[in-house]
Formats: sequence, C-alpha cells, structure tokens
Amino acid sequence: MTSVRTLLEKPWVWSFAGALVVWVATVIFTGGYGAGGMVTAALSLAVFTVIVGVGQMFVITLGPGNVDLSLPANIGLASAVAMKVMGGSDSMIVVGLLAALACGAAIGAINYLLIWALRIPPIIATLSASFIIQSVDISYGRGLQIKPPPGFADFTNWQVLGIPVLAMLTVLFTIGAALALQRMIYGRSVLAIGQNIRAAWLAGVHVGRIRFLTYTLCGALGGIDGALLAGYFRGANVDIGNEYLLASIAVVVIGGTSVAGGKANVPGVWGAGLFLVLLLTMLNTFGVSAGVRLVLTGLIIVGVITAAGGEKAVR
Amino acid sequence: MTAIAPGTLPKSSQRGSAARARLLRGLLPALSLALVLMAIAWLNPRAISYFGFNLMLNLAIPIALATIAQMFVIAGNELDLSIGTFVGFVGCVTATWLRDAPLLGIFVLLGSIGVYALLGALIHLRNLPSIVVTLGMSFVWQGLAILILPKPGGKAPDWLLSIMSFKPPYIPFPILAALLIAAVVHFGLMRTSYGVILRGSGGNAAALRRAGWSLLKTKIVLFALTGLFGVLSGMALIGITTSADANIGNGYTLLSIAGVILGGGEFVGGRVSPIGAVLGALTLALAASPLLTFMHIPPDWQVAANGAILIIVLAARVLISRRER
Repeated sequence: MTSVRTLLEKPWVWSFAGALVVWVATVIFTGGYGAGGMVTAALSLAVFTVIVGVGQMFVITLGPGNVDLSLPANIGLASAVAMKVMGGSDSMIVVGLLAALACGAAIGAINYLLIWALRIPPIIATLSASFIIQSVDISYGRGLQIKPPPGFADFTNWQVLGIPVLAMLTVLFTIGAALALQRMIYGRSVLAIGQNIRAAWLAGVHVGRIRFLTYTLCGALGGIDGALLAGYFRGANVDIGNEYLLASIAVVVIGGTSVAGGKANVPGVWGAGLFLVLLLTMLNTFGVSAGVRLVLTGLIIVGVITAAGGEKAVR
Repeated sequence: MTAIAPGTLPKSSQRGSAARARLLRGLLPALSLALVLMAIAWLNPRAISYFGFNLMLNLAIPIALATIAQMFVIAGNELDLSIGTFVGFVGCVTATWLRDAPLLGIFVLLGSIGVYALLGALIHLRNLPSIVVTLGMSFVWQGLAILILPKPGGKAPDWLLSIMSFKPPYIPFPILAALLIAAVVHFGLMRTSYGVILRGSGGNAAALRRAGWSLLKTKIVLFALTGLFGVLSGMALIGITTSADANIGNGYTLLSIAGVILGGGEFVGGRVSPIGAVLGALTLALAASPLLTFMHIPPDWQVAANGAILIIVLAARVLISRRER
C-alpha cells in the first residue's frame, strides 16, 4: 500500500493517468479497433513535443520568468537549414543534423546574450529574438517546402514491432536528461538557481554559465527537433514549429514541473506529451468540428491542472 | 512603486541622483515613444499631421486596451496567455450577436467577464499556475470564436462604427482615446486606496493577508478587470476593422505583454504603470507598421525590424536604469 501511495505522490503519475484514460475512452468508442495503431501514432508524434519539452523544462526550472518563446521560430529555421544542407542526398544526413543542432544552439546562445547584456526578462528577449529568427527563416527558406533525403525520411518514420525507433531513441535521451538533472552538477545547479538564484550564487554556483548552457541546450534541442520534424513530415516550412510554443510549455507544466522553478520532472514530460497527442486523436475519432475540438482541448487542460492541483503554499 | 531600501538614504546628493534616475526611468516609455515619433517625422514629415496620426494609430486603441488588460493580471504576478484569442472571441461576438441580437450579445460579453473572474478565483483557490490555466483558456476562446464565426465576416454594430470613426477637432481620436484610457486606469489603480491593495497583492501578498485583506477578492477583481478591458479591446478592434475573423486577435497576447514591459512594468512585485503601458502600446503600434513602411523595409524583414526595435528600446532602458544602481 505504501508503494502505491508514494507512487500517487509523484507529480508525473497524473499525466500518464490522463493519457491512459483518454486512450481507453477512444478504444471503447472504436470498439477496440486500432488500439495498437493509436499508441504507435501517439508515440511518433509525442517525440517531437517531448524533445522541445525537455529543453523548455530546463529553462522553466531556472526560475520565474524564464521561458523560451523562440522555439517555434527556431524549429522553423533549423528545419530549413537541415533540409538545405542535406540537399536531398543521403550522404549529407549527419552533416545536416549537425547543422540544425548548431543553428539551434546559436539561437539559444543569442537568446541568453540578449537576456544577459540587456538585462531584459527572458520572455521579452526570446520573443524579440523569435521575430528576427522568423524573418531570417522567411528570407532563407523563401517559404518553400524543401524535401528531405529519402533515407532520412525513412529513418524518422522507421518502426520496429510497432514502436517508432525515434521514440526509443528519445526515451534513451530523456533517461539521459533525467540523470543530468538529478545526478549531475549541471542539473543540480539548474535546480538550485530555480529555487533561489542568490543563494545558489553565494553557494558558488556559476549562475551565468549554467543559465547560458541551459538556453543553449534548449535552443539546440529545438534545432534537432526542427530537423526531425522536417524528416517526419517530409518537408521543411516556416510554420512547422508553430504549435510547439504552447505545446512545449503545456507538457512541462502538466507533467508536474513547477512554473515557479526549482522543481523539474522528466517522466512527466513524456506522460503529458502522450496525453496531448492522444487527446487530439480522441477528439478526431469522435469526429467533432475544429471549434469543439479546441474548446474541449482547452477545458481538459484546465481540468487536468485543476485536478492535479498546484503546489501547497510554502508558508 | 517608490519604495526605497533602508540604508540607501544617507547623503542628500546621492538621494538626489537616485531620484533623478528614477524620474528618468519613469520617463522612459515616453522617451521611447518620442524616439519612434522622431524617426517617423524624419523619414516622412507629412505623417506628422491630423490625418497621418489617425491612419498610423488606427489600431492603437485596441492594442492599448489589450495592454491595459494584460497589465492588471501582471499587477497580481500572473500572466494571461489567452488575451489574444479572447480579443478574437469578443470580436466575433461583437460582429455577430451584438449586432443581430444585442441582448444576447451583451449577456455573452458580461458572461465572459464573469468567466475571467471565476478563473481568478480558481487560480487562487487551487494555487494554480496562471500560465497553464490561461494557456488552456486560449484554446477555449479560439474554439468558441470559430464556432460563432466559422468564416471571416460579420459586421460591427452601427453605433460602434460611429464611435470608432469619431473625428474630434484638432486632436486625432486615437490620441484622445489613449489619454482617456491612461487617465482613467491611472486614477483607478494608482490613486485610489483599493488600487493600492490590488497592486499590493502582487507586491507582498503575505503582508496583505495578515492585514486582513482577502487575496481571493483581489485576484477576482484583477482578472475581472482584465476581462473587462479585453472586451473593450475586442469591441474597439471590430469598430475599426468593421468585420471579424476568429484569428483576428491572436497577435495581441505577445503584443500586450511586450507593451506592459516596454511601459516599465515588471513581471513580479506589482510594479506596473498604466500610463507607461498605454505609451508602450502606442510605441508598438507605431513601430509595427508605419515606421517600417517609411523605412522601405522589404516585407520579409518587417517582423525582424519589429524585434530589433523592441530590443533597441529595451537596451536604451538598461543604459538608463543602470545609473539607478
């Protein structure tokens, strides 16, 4: 019994429970048809939200006001960069991925430079940066769809026994991220800064360096996500990352990470990512119109966060 | 607003320079606006006229109202990520029901303000992060807007059209309206005793609670005021554009946050300024398109120029606030 109780106290349980409820509801509706296919589809789509979600989680954990609003623009630009560098040839896949990674990391570094040099709130800094990145993307990609090399498109859609390979790799990556967060000096520093930036500084944490690393990491994850998205959807375009602004923040918070910072949760990002994708699948299966789908999505997000409850006031 | 930390008061000369720096900081939103206006005057002197301002500041009224709406939640240390889609929802209601069935329209708009008040209560009672709750609500408002008006269209009520096309003598209407909005909100939030309590709920909630004030009530009032100004913003927008579209307000979420910060507001601590917020909104409205058109910036780079202007203005602010320390 005690193990069940400790399990229920974990903040990420709720997001997985939500995902399970939504999945069961859909399977009941379809009479058991497509239950497995739904999981496969959910896993392959959730991957993209999870990757940026982990980056956003590290940034949000840095403390109140820290959030990266430049992710959609970043994803858009990186997808174009990756596809242009790959140029449709299989031999350039690795170079293209590295280019997307570098592009994203550079954007993250610039974000932090703006925050640090101008001492402006990260929300405004990343917002201003995203405007500029968007223009660069429009000008660079000329708004055209650029096709990925066939090998890369196949790789991002590759499944083994109904499980997308990309999802397996992302699970490994999230395990790594969880270890980095809980067991490495870097992750502990991020948590310390989020709990009390001044105390962390007095305790000898290199606040500036850690924040710089975190924004760069988040940018790099956005970049790699852009490249993978372009492969999966077989083409890069300016708007490819648009939905990941709200989604990245939503998975972080639904997954049990504190918006006030200093408390992060990696498994929850997976749970919340699956939950959001399955929710969309469920509403599509029910055949509701776009308007009703949006209303229900919103109400369910508010409902879940209300049910899971906020943190108890610390006083 | 002007709390001075103990121990920083010893010399009168120091105090004088600190006060000057603070005054300068307070004037910053006005300086940014002046900067943008000078740039426009230099690039196209003819724009600085009655008709020029009417044209350039066309959309400034709804932006200013949305910024004020955002300012109220920020005063309580919260953030509203749904204000843009809410403005769009109000726009759709205004262009359909408010014209065809005024009673129903008024009822729905008042009801939506009530929803905002309930959100404030929910956020306070369950201690929820406002970012997520309003994120969820942004989907709800957008969905409702699409349900009301699946295709762009509708028409603004005639009375609203005539209000928004009002041409007062000498002073362009947008400027008059901005002055009025700033004055009313400044009086309400900065000069009344309950305004102090509202700002205090963001500044030091624990102290307010110990003094016997209801934090639930302040949260409800702040969110209801956000709803009210969101409704006004949506109506003003439709009065100008004459018809609606479910996505019409989407850009307002980020615009309103930027306006509050440009106007000298801060995300935490109840430090906001209504006059600054209105000036910030005017600066953004001017910087957005007229300035760029006059600078002959190609369409590809207009968004980038927007971001660059935001960064330049904020950089200027840092240069000045650094002297404050």
